[in-house]
Amino acid sequence: MNITQLSLFLENKPGRLQSALKVLAEKNVNIRTLTIAELADFGIVRMIVNNPDGAVVALRENHFTCSTTEVLAIEISDEPGALEKALDAFSRHRLNIEYMYAFTEKRNDKAVMIFRFDDIEAAKKALAGEGYRIVNKIDIIGE
Amino acid sequence: MFNREFEAMQLSKLRELQLERLKWSLKHAYDNVPFYRKSFDAAGFRPEQIKTLDDLRRAPFLMKQDMRDAYPFELFAVPMEKVVRIHSSSGTTGNATVAGYTKNDIEIWSEVMARTIACAGGSSKDVLQVAYGYGLFTGGLGAHYGAEKIGATVIPISGGNTERQLMLIKDFGTTILACTPSYAINMADYVEKNRPDYDFRKTKLKAGIFGAEPWTEQMRSEIERRMGIDAYDIYGLSEVIGPGVSCECSAKSGLHVFEDHFYVEIIDPESGEVLPEGEKGEIVYTSLTKEACPIIRYRSRDISRLYRTPCSCGRTLVKMEKVTGRSDDMLIIRGVNVFPTQIEAVLMEAEETEPHYQIIVDRKGAMDDIEVMVEVNERIFSDELKEMDRLSSRIKQRMQSVLGISAKITLVEPKTLARSEGKAVRVVDRRKLK
Repeated sequence: MNITQLSLFLENKPGRLQSALKVLAEKNVNIRTLTIAELADFGIVRMIVNNPDGAVVALRENHFTCSTTEVLAIEISDEPGALEKALDAFSRHRLNIEYMYAFTEKRNDKAVMIFRFDDIEAAKKALAGEGYRIVNKIDIIGE
Repeated sequence: MFNREFEAMQLSKLRELQLERLKWSLKHAYDNVPFYRKSFDAAGFRPEQIKTLDDLRRAPFLMKQDMRDAYPFELFAVPMEKVVRIHSSSGTTGNATVAGYTKNDIEIWSEVMARTIACAGGSSKDVLQVAYGYGLFTGGLGAHYGAEKIGATVIPISGGNTERQLMLIKDFGTTILACTPSYAINMADYVEKNRPDYDFRKTKLKAGIFGAEPWTEQMRSEIERRMGIDAYDIYGLSEVIGPGVSCECSAKSGLHVFEDHFYVEIIDPESGEVLPEGEKGEIVYTSLTKEACPIIRYRSRDISRLYRTPCSCGRTLVKMEKVTGRSDDMLIIRGVNVFPTQIEAVLMEAEETEPHYQIIVDRKGAMDDIEVMVEVNERIFSDELKEMDRLSSRIKQRMQSVLGISAKITLVEPKTLARSEGKAVRVVDRRKLK
């Protein structure tokens, strides 16, 4: 199952991230994980939250530019070489990763990583065949 | 003085000459250009009613938009076989203005440019390096023909290639440099940074004829100090003829207008009423001798002031104050005319929607710097950095090819650009011009 990621456009200026997070806090949105990709003048904040639809509404009301993107959360063993092995599987299947980041918490002793693929459906099919477990939405949010 | 008869003419005689020429020019425009016939008729103005120069104020104005709408040749008053040259402003279709010249027009243009060079102390003994761009832009060829007319030696190097400019100044014994003031400062910067061995004071360079963009007294003293030359302001616009409409003399206090060819009025930009001599307002031009493209009451949007005080150089021609402002939103960036609407059109194309943007113009060192801030809406937002990067490079590239300027594109958050009373503030000009 896909995870809905929230992406937010922010200028690279002091206080901007904080003011966006304030909007989310006021809506009681809980952030499970967050990553920032930045250029000189702006950045894109990507996060997994418990209520992406509510978060989008609140951010738009406050004039932030945001969108949602479907990504995959995949369990990867927490041991040396496990991520490399996963990436090896991806490249064998010619799956291109646009970006990736990790959850801070472990789940069943495994790390959980978020991947954004060019082709999410092809990725799901290939990964199932490789024995990787794709975490579904309810799993993460329900923890 | 290149042509004492006209440049030091008695005022009463000048007025007589102007009136006679004005009558010809009005009739020429009315008889040969359907646009003028229509606009004069609509305003109830008849060229033969002109009895004094003041009567001209009853004629309708010619606007920049009229000239654009006339693209390409609607304002030409002579058949194409009489036209020997065409220049055009930068800009896309619908934005460019075209100017045609007969053989005689080129002769007039060469004459006023020769006078300009003489104003800056030049003569047949001088070596003039023309570092204005050659081509459709009037700067290069205008200076070139004027220099030949006065009998100076011309080096038609055109703009750019600073290293070569410096080499020729030294090796060819250039005495007068013609280019934009910002390029002159750029040259000085280049020498300071890369050529510690190069000293302008050890060359024969003595004067510069700088124009095509607004500049300040501060820039003048900087150029004069760093290059060891006298810097003169030259003014012109392709709609009127090109460079050579007016220029500074040794007094360096205002630009003498070549009134025997160009009649000038100052109007209140709001009401369109003619203002008395000495008051600040928009300059309006009427050509008195031009054949191919006569212009009648062209609103330049340039803000200045006219004054007729005896000048130490001996010229009796009226002086106009250095132009430092405009009554519309046109920006002059590194000599290129830019309208915010052109920038808007580029953004519109990239975003397929009405963009919120702001243009910031600044002067970093000597060069004009333009930054376009664009608010990112959901339509153009992508959560992939490479897509966002692609968007800003695409906008940048289009700006370069459409406007001919390199602008910095900055993507900003929605609702962050200043709006005053709900209206967007499109242009912030931080260049300080005094």
